[in-house]
Amino acid sequence: MAEQIHIEPGGDKPNQDVFAETLQRLAASDRNVIAVTSDSRGSGKLVPFGKQFPQQIVEVGIAEQNLVGVAAGLGSCGKKVFAVSPACFLTARSLEQIKNDICYSNHPVTVVGISAGVSYGALGSTHHSLHDFAVLRAINNITIVAPADNFETEKATELAAASGTPVYLRFGKKIMPALKAKNNDSFVFGKGRIITEGNDVAIIANGETVYPAVQAGALLKEQNIEATVVSMHTIKPLDTVLIESLARKCKAIVTVEEHSIYGGLGEAVASFLMQLKSPSTGGVWGGSFKIIGIPDEYTVTGSQIEIFNHYGISKEGIASEVLKLIQQ
Amino acid sequence: MVNGSNAFKMTSKELKLKSVEYRKKILKYILQAKAGHTGGSLSATDILNVLYNDVLNVSPENFASPDRDRYVQSKGHCVEALFVVLADQGFFPEEELNTLCKYQSHYIGHPTRKVKGVEQNTGALGHGLPICVGTAIAAKLDNKAYRVFTLMGDGELPEGSNWEAALSAAHYKLDNLCAIIDKNSLQITAATSDVMNTDPLDEKWKAFGWAVKEVNGNDIEELRTAFNSLPFEKGKPSVIIAHTTKGKGVSFMENELKWHHGVPSKEQYEQAMEELDAERINLERLSN
Ligand SMILES: Cc1ncc(C[n+]2csc(CCOP(=O)(O)OP(=O)(O)O)c2C)c(N)n1
Repeated sequence: MAEQIHIEPGGDKPNQDVFAETLQRLAASDRNVIAVTSDSRGSGKLVPFGKQFPQQIVEVGIAEQNLVGVAAGLGSCGKKVFAVSPACFLTARSLEQIKNDICYSNHPVTVVGISAGVSYGALGSTHHSLHDFAVLRAINNITIVAPADNFETEKATELAAASGTPVYLRFGKKIMPALKAKNNDSFVFGKGRIITEGNDVAIIANGETVYPAVQAGALLKEQNIEATVVSMHTIKPLDTVLIESLARKCKAIVTVEEHSIYGGLGEAVASFLMQLKSPSTGGVWGGSFKIIGIPDEYTVTGSQIEIFNHYGISKEGIASEVLKLIQQ
Repeated sequence: MVNGSNAFKMTSKELKLKSVEYRKKILKYILQAKAGHTGGSLSATDILNVLYNDVLNVSPENFASPDRDRYVQSKGHCVEALFVVLADQGFFPEEELNTLCKYQSHYIGHPTRKVKGVEQNTGALGHGLPICVGTAIAAKLDNKAYRVFTLMGDGELPEGSNWEAALSAAHYKLDNLCAIIDKNSLQITAATSDVMNTDPLDEKWKAFGWAVKEVNGNDIEELRTAFNSLPFEKGKPSVIIAHTTKGKGVSFMENELKWHHGVPSKEQYEQAMEELDAERINLERLSN
């Protein structure tokens, strides 16, 4: 099948499992690597980490504000800290600690939001994080990253540990197939990863929505529509160079994210495009644009996949939005 | 007090039988949904049973009344126990629970106000007590006699919001407020005392200005006695530290970490039903 061209068969684990394995590897050679948890080591897949490095894990109990404050304190003493908790609690309840104690004070803490987006499915809105990109984007001094596959996850975890600055990593629970990128599979923060290339439409996605975006690209190819599919893993700083080049060649751009349509990847891209001057006319970009995500309503109840399908975060849903845009 | 404290609506034997019935249904719907918080629903069953059948002045008929008692389940993850009890109270037909956790169902894995009988949306821990402080202050402002109850987990207590609310409750002398702590001594990672110790718990609440009673939270009589002596002290909020067993009622689920959100297999479910039926038969033999 066409769609397999750019998806490595056998890509195989949930990203948060790969995060935990990578952290464990890093901790083995660096005793300053510290995980901080809030009764969250099970969901963060850090039980083996805790067994192997009991001196490198700090448990604070169910207390996410304390989690982030403690992480900031550890970070201020030269530790490379990973504060790991469900994204929903971590980026809402502890937001002030993230803003003041990590970002404003510039401490080397990686805030790791697990089971992000609607990964928790039928547990409902208290457990969904559809606001995290939006709130964190508005805070100065934090790199925001939602890796798409195991490869991106491993690289992002390594880069975060080495960065010495505030980073937000966002992971889900779903098994993510390996994506085979066109541009030599390099990974740096702030540079989108091009999975497929085409001149008709650009589909810019991140996190667990990149996979259905790639599938949508394959579906569109069957109808002779060539799509560039990008894993825009870093939402801040945004790869505006890449977006500009996509805008120059494609007449339609679609963004996809497991987030509110407000304040996330889509609006970040839109904001850039609206301010982009066309070199020939001096006017704004003239293409058509669509944000796919979770609309501003009580999120439909159900599993992650049911929620995705409901809101068109699926290969069919994305492909049909692209067709609508192109036929406009 | 709104409820006649001397005229129990049900005998203790009837209440004990109710607990067995509730436990069976909790497991039934968790099995069906293939999801749920088993251990904490079973530890809290007797507390919810006594609250709804013996203590709270709340029913489908008066649910719109501003004078009803309020129950807020701060440990929202144990929603199965709440839904089963609400169905039994007639808030909605029990069959609706067949849609638990299904696409487009209102019956999700935490309490939501889309379900009749649910006071507040909960699920993120550490939210119930502050909301109840507000609800209890409103009663004082409006000269209303309703009382406010919240059920908290012991693992939930390290959330700072609880202690901020505890201060406010004492400050405003909210003797119309009662917090119940389901002290089953386990959470997800390990024993609560190993994850983040909160003992000695009674002293902490006393220091915060609360009147404290400790009971066996799986003992119907002890629970009734405690609830019927509210407020424990005039001018102070009351807290019941309910010592319970996580997974109560099913031998292989009791005190076992993995049953926090473990879902039984068909065989385990049947074994649990056998045990609970045996308990029912035993109870039926007893006099009231
Ligand atoms: C703010 C917040 N943090 C974390 C969680 C995830 N969580 C759900 S249940 C639970 C353990 C609760 O333990 P406890 O309060 O003792 O409840 P019980 O043992 O009675 O189920 C955790 C960490 C949550 N629901 N809310």
